[in-house]
Amino acid sequence: MSSNLMQGKRGLIMGLANDKSIAWGIAKALSEAGAELAFSYQGEALKKRVGPLAEKLGSDMVLPCDVSDATSIDALFDGIKEQWDNIDFVVHAIGFSDKNELRGRYVDTSADNFRMTMDISVYSFTAVMQRAEKMMNAGGSAITLTYYGAERIMPHYNVMGVAKAALEASVRYLAEDLGKDGIRVNAISAGPIKTLAASGIGDFRYILKWNEYNSPLRKNVSIDEVGGSALYLLSDLSAGVTGETHHVDAGYHVVGMKAVDAPDMSPNKD
Amino acid sequence: MSDVADRVRKIVVEHLGVEEDKVVEGASFIDDLGADSLDTVELVMAFEEEFGIEIPDDAAETIQSFGDAVKFIKEAS
Repeated sequence: MSSNLMQGKRGLIMGLANDKSIAWGIAKALSEAGAELAFSYQGEALKKRVGPLAEKLGSDMVLPCDVSDATSIDALFDGIKEQWDNIDFVVHAIGFSDKNELRGRYVDTSADNFRMTMDISVYSFTAVMQRAEKMMNAGGSAITLTYYGAERIMPHYNVMGVAKAALEASVRYLAEDLGKDGIRVNAISAGPIKTLAASGIGDFRYILKWNEYNSPLRKNVSIDEVGGSALYLLSDLSAGVTGETHHVDAGYHVVGMKAVDAPDMSPNKD
Repeated sequence: MSDVADRVRKIVVEHLGVEEDKVVEGASFIDDLGADSLDTVELVMAFEEEFGIEIPDDAAETIQSFGDAVKFIKEAS
């Protein structure tokens, strides 16, 4: 999938954890297409994972950022400005919630976790774009990651589904505000992928199997497939696209009911 | 040495970058092998993939050592 689509473009990847991360699939696709990348990480445990991955793609710009702290986001962009005058793209792959509330009933969500989930998973993208817009070129593009649980009920997704719905709405409002400067903002709604973050979601193996059996393509998507779609949204190929939630889910979001060839399943037996 | 133990040891050695002879029955991932909290989650995910099994959260929390992992996987597969 080598091309020059991102030649001369530079951007920031936020939310890489390891080589199973969707952000890694995206980073690889961008790098192969010629992009220069900077990475942000939160905390030492992630620093030691992000550093070697960044190095594999020829990047030594690996900067700390805690998105719940405005001064930390400022410091990230100050750090980028020391090396780059401007950027062309942002990848926001960040979300967080107390995993004890990613099972059981949504109605039991605590106020503290609701606020924290919305802050980290929704507001952080807006806060990042506030800073990014000031150093973004016209033709710039930003993406965030969402999930179908924003649109329909998914088992255990709970408060994260509510947060993703707000994130998708914020993509539309950001698209309007930044569109006047030629900056595009979109979301990728990826099908379920077994990442570190997904390990916090209950019955995840069941969710994967259900999607595999019932999506039109009869498979789960890979981080490389999400990377390909991200490359489209961050390159000039999608110059006419903004405010969109683009589904990269093997078509699952158009399905109305269980496929006739899908086996009966329950979470407790494969 | 059983096949399960060998496969688990290989994963632990590769993931944590430790010497093979350090990965003994009672070796704690965190205390003896230098794992952090994300490593323990990543190891469980790697075991699930290698053995095609599901390790639920409450069980994952009990897998603290090499011996724990081998015992759980033998019982589950």
